[in-house]
Amino acid sequence: MKGLRDLFTALAAVILGLLAGAALMWAIGANPVEGFSYLFRGGLMNVERIGNTLATATTLTLTGLAMAFAFRTGLFSIGASGQMLMGGLVATVIGLSLHLPKWEMLALILLASMIAGAVWGFIPGYLKARFNVHEVVSTIMLNWVAYWIVYYTIPAHFKANLETESARIPDYASLKVAWLTDLFHGSFINLGVFVAIVCVVITAVVLNRSVLGYELKAVGFSKTAAEFAGIDVEKSMALSLGISGALAGLAGATFYVGYAVNMQVGVMPSQGMDAIAVALLGANSPIGVVLAALFFGVLHSGKGFMNAMTGIPPEIGDTIIAIIIYFAATSVLFTRLFDGLRAKLRRQH
Amino acid sequence: MDDYIVEMLNITKRFPGILANDDISIRLRKGEIHALLGENGAGKSTLMSILFGLYKPDSGVIRLRGAEVHVANPNVAGELGIGMVHQHFKLVQNFTVTENIVLGLEPMKGLVVDLRSAAERIEKLSKTYGLNVDPWARIEDITVGMQQRVEILKMLYRNAEVLIFDEPTGVLTPQEIDDLMAIMRNLIAEGKSILLITHKLKEIKAIADRCTVIRRGKVVGTVNVADTDEAAMAEMMVGRAVSFTVDKKPREPGGVVLEVEGLNVLSSRKALAVKDLSLELRYGEILGLAGVDGNGQTELVEALTGLRKVQSGTVRLKGVDVTRASVRARIASGMAHIPEDRQRRGLVLDYSMEDNLVLEVYGERPYSRGGFLDRKAIRSHAEKLMEDFDVRSGEGAVEVARALSGGNQQKAIVGREIDHDPDVLVAVQPTRGLDVGSIEYIHKRLVEQRDRGKAVLLVSLELDEIMDLSDRVAVISHGSIVGVVDPAAVTEADIGLMMTGVGRGGSGGPEVARGSAGKGVEK
Repeated sequence: MKGLRDLFTALAAVILGLLAGAALMWAIGANPVEGFSYLFRGGLMNVERIGNTLATATTLTLTGLAMAFAFRTGLFSIGASGQMLMGGLVATVIGLSLHLPKWEMLALILLASMIAGAVWGFIPGYLKARFNVHEVVSTIMLNWVAYWIVYYTIPAHFKANLETESARIPDYASLKVAWLTDLFHGSFINLGVFVAIVCVVITAVVLNRSVLGYELKAVGFSKTAAEFAGIDVEKSMALSLGISGALAGLAGATFYVGYAVNMQVGVMPSQGMDAIAVALLGANSPIGVVLAALFFGVLHSGKGFMNAMTGIPPEIGDTIIAIIIYFAATSVLFTRLFDGLRAKLRRQH
Repeated sequence: MDDYIVEMLNITKRFPGILANDDISIRLRKGEIHALLGENGAGKSTLMSILFGLYKPDSGVIRLRGAEVHVANPNVAGELGIGMVHQHFKLVQNFTVTENIVLGLEPMKGLVVDLRSAAERIEKLSKTYGLNVDPWARIEDITVGMQQRVEILKMLYRNAEVLIFDEPTGVLTPQEIDDLMAIMRNLIAEGKSILLITHKLKEIKAIADRCTVIRRGKVVGTVNVADTDEAAMAEMMVGRAVSFTVDKKPREPGGVVLEVEGLNVLSSRKALAVKDLSLELRYGEILGLAGVDGNGQTELVEALTGLRKVQSGTVRLKGVDVTRASVRARIASGMAHIPEDRQRRGLVLDYSMEDNLVLEVYGERPYSRGGFLDRKAIRSHAEKLMEDFDVRSGEGAVEVARALSGGNQQKAIVGREIDHDPDVLVAVQPTRGLDVGSIEYIHKRLVEQRDRGKAVLLVSLELDEIMDLSDRVAVISHGSIVGVVDPAAVTEADIGLMMTGVGRGGSGGPEVARGSAGKGVEK
């Protein structure tokens, strides 16, 4: 029942977002049908573009999972950007410093970026548990701490020709593999997609089937009742943010040593913020997150094509995402509508 | 012909799935106290919400002094002279009495709020009706009984003629209840009319002129209170004969199972809420803890169950010092807790019933194995408990706890806690807000627990409940036990007096009682 209602809510938000996008296109004198057809073709029209959409969705899925995990425990983390940066930085540093066989290298990179993200998530978790520092404040601050650490570290120790980016990640340290790149005709797709799938499954199992998930969700729904049940609320919050950070750290690896070929400095990754929308639209469920990430992936990789073919500014794509977020955030309206419709149907039968 | 001030005629109101009010008619005479009696969910609140303009009826009319009116919203109700004292007060804690009363219709003198003249008017109203409220006192500094009077003044300030009281005595001491009844009589004497929503038969008998009984959305009948008795009204309300007395055989208590010594506990506001408190609970007894709300009961219970840190003193459970043990450790050593606030503490409202019924034991076999939940075991456990304790829910064990009625939620919690087979059951307000049928049932289970040789600490604000169930009654006032008495040997009035802090051979509580509760002593 809940699943069906969430799906209804998400679809309603998406459709209204697309309609609003159509209205905007129409308002600037463009043809919405044409605009949307290029937007979706840009994301899906050939194997390479589908590959790029999947690569974009990979990072979004992982950051979205990170958000959903924290939200489920009742914590409003917005630290995925910083955790991504830390995960990406550690991955880049390892990739540029060590020389190991590819599989050992990748295992090490994934593990290290996960730990880096987990640490970056655990810090606000600990501050919340120990000193009741609000996680919104501490995660934002840590985002900037990570930003400046990258800003210092990369140009100081890992640059090549340009001051603003690291040296190129060698092939043996990249999540890109030839067979996958070839399969998708040279797209950005990389092994991260499998990492994301594994993480979705693990997250779903932990949340729905495990004792840990039971405890974390209980804390998320009602701290007072969790306390009554003998659950260590503070430990749960710190742990939850740590796990959330680990997922975002992995997202960083899939982006900086998978999607990209090097690490730029001075850029706060937008996937960290988009993740909030992904989690919201996906109703904080792992499978919902995947679907939402895929949808946003299409919009992200299609907006450039739309712009090139029709002259509609790519910002329309971002605007549609923003409007969908608004509708998803006001989902209680759709929930009521859904319940109302259901009650009406029931009465007729 | 009778002089009716309010007539609600043939009111029908349907919500998705239920018929809340089915062709209900109720007539309030000018100058009478008319009680509206019914179990939880019978439709009393819906009916009053319609009168107060919160809901629109599907059909039926409301007449005020014979003329049909449309109460579109509470503001219209206010203009028509209908006021309501809600069960949970709607007051701004750090505002003064006057500021709270004028909120929304502040008298202006140029650009500033003219509190002085408002206060004068409030003072005058307060005198007329014998309310004795200080217009300049801050809400957070006055007793609950006084706060209720502020709510009454709010209505009077707005010139209300018809006053609706929604379960007004739930939060009051016996003395405060007497005071409130006196106030209600004053209101009637000054020409007001009162609708009293309640499920307490004794109060209806004491104060109401007539009583309309509602069951499952329908009017069962309207009776003259003088011509009937409590048993007859209860039968009308429930639909069958109800036993008021608890069947309890005498029983010799066993050894001490829970021992509290010199306990000091801070409240959330860092004030000393439990002061040097000592208490003994024995196997095979129900020990009642009587007291006015806010005298340290909450903090004591939280300290006993591990939810709150203890400043000093010891708690021994079965001879073992558990003063600093975790909640989980205490549960493991045989303590169970029916919490005061079932929705905040007792249940994870957004969890299904089956998940809630393993709230303390989900991590143990057979409900989980190797860190993973065994859904099948959890399901069958829930189904058994819900059947045993007659917990009714729309979709059975998978129904989300939020969707259950208060009574069924409470029965589920009682069932869960008793199912742990605890040596010590700390039951706080176990029947608050429940209907007569559920109360009877829960009382029976508590006595059963005692008869099986287990110990029950019953903390309740309902003196009747304490007197009926307990083998011994400890009276708490200002965080200390002022005396332990045999309920058979004292009257409710005796205990009521002790509750205000007048010791009776006990550890000697504070001499000064607060607020209106104190006035009962001085008289």
